[in-house]
Amino acid sequence: MTDITPSAPKGRFAKIIDSDIFFSYRTSPVAIVSSIVAAILVLAAIFAPWIAPYDPFSPRTLNLMNGFTPPMSESMLGAFFIFGSDHQGRDVFSAILYGSRVSLLVGVSAVMFAMILGVSLGLIAGFRGGLTDTVIMRIADIQLSFPSILIALLIFGIARGILPPAQQENMAIFVLIFAIGLSDWAQFARTVRGSTMVERQKDYVSAARIIGVKPIFILIRHILPNVLGPVLVIGTIGLALAIIAEATLSFLGVGVPPTRPSLGTLIRIGQQFLFSGEWWILFFPAITLVLLALSVNLLGDWLRDALNPRLR
Amino acid sequence: MLAFIFKRLGQSIIVMLAVALISFIMFRYVGDPVASMVSQEATIADQELLRERLGLNDPFYVQFFRFIMNALQGNFGISYRLQTPVADLIMSRLPATIELALTSATIALIVGIVAGVFTALNRKSPIAAGIMAFSLIGVSLPTFLIGIGLIYIFAVELQWLPSFGRGQVVDLGWWRTGFLTETGLRSLILPAITLSLFQMTLIMRLVRAEMLEVLRQDYIKFARARGLSKRAINFSHALKNTMVPVITIAGLQLGSIITGALITETVFQWPGIGSLFLSSVAVVDVPVMAAYLIFVGFVFVIVNLIVDILYYVVDPRLRVGGSSKGH
Amino acid sequence: MSEPVLSVKDLSVVFHLRRGDFTAVNKISFDIMPGEVLGVVGESGAGKSMTGTAIMGLVDRPGEVSSTSITLNGDRIDGLDEESLRKIRGRRIGMVMQDPLTSLNPLFTVGEQLIETIRRHLPLNEKQARARAIELLADAGIPKPEDRIDAYPHQFSGGMRQRVVISLALAAEPELVIADEPTSALDVSVQAQIIKVLKRLCAERGVAVMLITHDMGVIAEAADRMIVMNKGEIVETGTVGDIIHRPKEPYTIKLIDAIPSIKEQNPRYAAAVARGDEGDAAVTDAPLVRAENLSMVFDLSPSLFSRLTGRNRKIVNAVNDVSFQIERGKTYGLVGESGSGKSTCARMMVGLLRPTDGNVLLEGTDIWNDKDAAAKRRSKIQMIFQDPYASLNPRWRVGDIIAEPMRQLGIARNNKEITEKVAYLLDRVRLDPVVMRKYPHEFSGGQRQRIAIARALSSEPEFIICDEPTSALDVSVQAQVLELMSQLQDEFGLTYLLISHNLAVVRQMADAVGVLHNGVLVESGPVEEIFSAPKADYTRMLLDAVPDIAKVA
Repeated sequence: MTDITPSAPKGRFAKIIDSDIFFSYRTSPVAIVSSIVAAILVLAAIFAPWIAPYDPFSPRTLNLMNGFTPPMSESMLGAFFIFGSDHQGRDVFSAILYGSRVSLLVGVSAVMFAMILGVSLGLIAGFRGGLTDTVIMRIADIQLSFPSILIALLIFGIARGILPPAQQENMAIFVLIFAIGLSDWAQFARTVRGSTMVERQKDYVSAARIIGVKPIFILIRHILPNVLGPVLVIGTIGLALAIIAEATLSFLGVGVPPTRPSLGTLIRIGQQFLFSGEWWILFFPAITLVLLALSVNLLGDWLRDALNPRLR
Repeated sequence: MLAFIFKRLGQSIIVMLAVALISFIMFRYVGDPVASMVSQEATIADQELLRERLGLNDPFYVQFFRFIMNALQGNFGISYRLQTPVADLIMSRLPATIELALTSATIALIVGIVAGVFTALNRKSPIAAGIMAFSLIGVSLPTFLIGIGLIYIFAVELQWLPSFGRGQVVDLGWWRTGFLTETGLRSLILPAITLSLFQMTLIMRLVRAEMLEVLRQDYIKFARARGLSKRAINFSHALKNTMVPVITIAGLQLGSIITGALITETVFQWPGIGSLFLSSVAVVDVPVMAAYLIFVGFVFVIVNLIVDILYYVVDPRLRVGGSSKGH
Repeated sequence: MSEPVLSVKDLSVVFHLRRGDFTAVNKISFDIMPGEVLGVVGESGAGKSMTGTAIMGLVDRPGEVSSTSITLNGDRIDGLDEESLRKIRGRRIGMVMQDPLTSLNPLFTVGEQLIETIRRHLPLNEKQARARAIELLADAGIPKPEDRIDAYPHQFSGGMRQRVVISLALAAEPELVIADEPTSALDVSVQAQIIKVLKRLCAERGVAVMLITHDMGVIAEAADRMIVMNKGEIVETGTVGDIIHRPKEPYTIKLIDAIPSIKEQNPRYAAAVARGDEGDAAVTDAPLVRAENLSMVFDLSPSLFSRLTGRNRKIVNAVNDVSFQIERGKTYGLVGESGSGKSTCARMMVGLLRPTDGNVLLEGTDIWNDKDAAAKRRSKIQMIFQDPYASLNPRWRVGDIIAEPMRQLGIARNNKEITEKVAYLLDRVRLDPVVMRKYPHEFSGGQRQRIAIARALSSEPEFIICDEPTSALDVSVQAQVLELMSQLQDEFGLTYLLISHNLAVVRQMADAVGVLHNGVLVESGPVEEIFSAPKADYTRMLLDAVPDIAKVA
């Protein structure tokens, strides 16, 4: 008297290959290309110490005689630079590898920070409702309308006023992560709160409440897995935004210290030489930054469409 | 209507108080206001006297109240760096920023809405695909790189347009405008485009997404079933419904104009309040920072008020009470 | 013999999807005669709505429509370009859609939408069009149309809105109206009025109607002839009386059989009469559950300010002094229209919502106020919900869903024991135990509802509250689920509180019935007493309004 005949069991791998999301990936050239580009850039950043031909931070390898070497050529001293060298004789290619490391580190950490903060607050606001919700969402609204860069600049200004100068350099990267992360949480909170409010009305939540499951476990076990889809999308797009924000702050001169340059710092340095013809010092870091942001953005965009079946 | 505006005004005042509190805390506790005012040789006793005279030993709330009263009268203290009243500094640089922001907001709104509607209605056309691809590049290009790129192409290579400054300005007494001279207008072109590009792509993508959502609604299907013309469906029924969420989110995005202006002003050495703020951050010129924060809060509150009123005008569900039976 | 208004020949709609083509409608042909109301009935996925949409030329990609011909009063209307189609839609074929809440544009007044439609199709100026719009609204039974014409859709109730939609469909004097589930989103009493209005207006104007619905009762009430559809094909065509009384095809026979009728006696009561112990057996058991003067007040005031000052204060008495009791092993049916407070009652009795006033007693224990009340109600009361798509967490495996109550209440300890119990429960609800490794989305609505029942049984409850357990299901599936519920009741000695808007289901399942209206229990008593001799006016009105297949001569 059973009316389900179980279909032939499929392996986990076969299931993934057959899934709609993988199909959408397989048939989207944009998604494939951008994921490959992003993967190359990320791997290059992670393995920078092994890939980079020079150590851009060691004063021993820097020689002013190597300065301003154009791309794909040898300097007066016979050193070869694929992307050329800057005014201090630093290899632009190596600097980019190490620079993307800093950019990615700051970007990923900031997004993680924003995600944890935003998802928790969004869950609480959406689940509790009432005054808790009003207060959290009002703060999020205000936060959203105060742009990240502005908040980061303020935090920087304050940090400079409070911290002793010796510590400022060491703290800069943490201040950066904190500032960018703090300004992005509201996005997560809004989305998660919206989905949470939809989910908590659903009967599977009532079913759990009836048997006395504690609210915190309802949130974590039941609701959280159901609101993570959009979080992934915002996280991806947020990563691109965070990388851009970091570059902008470093470009404005308030980001990471020049001793540990990020892509934004390299662009700031390169800008000084753009008008005198040494275009490569700016061009290559800029292209790397744009490729990184664009490929992550494209991935996020694809993910949003793939997770939203109505758009297909 | 009046009750609605009063309610919103009340909320605005609360927001302004919160912003004022943050900026006061910054003003009062970041750095030492006395240390920056007295000369190197001043004794501890002198400093203490000054401290007493400035009321820095008063209770917190008294100081905060004084800060607000001063701010209401336009008194934000003296810039540490330039030793001039902050209010004068801001007033002298405000016109530059407002002219830049208004110009680019106009460009962004017009182009953004038109392109958004176009891409939503012609989802499969190659032109729409091209616009979408362009918009993604726009979102991925940091504003400062766009600025540098435009300068390099149009100012350095082609030498068509100036690369920095406002050009000649005309002094109207209380307002110095760049709109009235040829160099002023030419100088405005590159910064305005730089600033509008990010907004434009954002508005365009938003309009497109909302419009696609609206086009899926039952009332659009029903409008088609009534045989209405394509034009009436797309531009009357769909567009009006699209505008409801677009107004809200576009209002919230105002913040990115403010930062965008800050970055643009820096790249183009535009003498606005954004670049004033940035140079103040670099040297921890706290009074200017605090005043800028209040200014941003104020603009935010005003724009939100306008957005709310617009929203109220567009959506009858807010304007006319719930399902009133009978009349 | 006159010519048909609409003649459809070999109409197909095919969707080209990733996993192959899906044929929604498969080569169907039918005619509609002048002035005729043709009912199109079928369960979900039968292709009935798609047929209507295809005739209007409104099928969107990736759907593809093909036909030998579709003619409207002799003119071919298939394969026309978009511009010619627009001249037919609204002008020659009007449409009424299911949900009146979403089919009107919220940002335009009713008048604007009417005038726009009228002027699009008829050569009238603004003033004439407005006069005609007022006339149409008056015809559709909207009071004070000259005032209401300037109101926005949200200012109308659901039934009034559907009247506006009907006026819009008839605005340009069409030859045919396609009504796609026009009453499915409405309450029974409103439903009856809307069917009447639609029928009257079309009869007065000689407009033919294609009435698409899943509800055989509505067809019985309104249609002359009907076609029965299943899986994209026409199963049977004939007059309404013939098909309901003498169905020929096996599918139709099964379908008609599955429909509970409000005129059918309760089977247990009928059996008792047959045995001869009709006289209410003296109540031996003390009742298992008692609701005593239950009340629930919601404060819907717009702000804290108005809550404190009392200005604009909006208080809703959702449930007002409701008392009833349920004996062990019996089913109590609670019926009422939307907003009657029946779901609020359910939530108070299961422990989701604390009553403002009154008590819920389970075996004499007050489940809200006594010591250990929470533990007791959690272990003894369970609930089955309306929407089987929302009541199972989509991210959990079926096995974990069913095991959750056991784990939470500590009924089974180790994993082996839990797996065994889950397998047993799946078997009890007639599902293969291997499905415990699957996720809910791999099941149909009826199968999900069985999983939900298994979860309810998992905590070994005595009392189960069933909140509209079958109203989201097709009739044939509904019959199976109700049958299963009855069997489980006998097997486990369960006591049910059955909440439903469907009077026929309640008559079939319940031993005693309560009728809720605006939060007040207007009548309560043994099921046959209420259905055969209702005392309250409201109950009588409700019973009269129900469209029922037994009403066909």
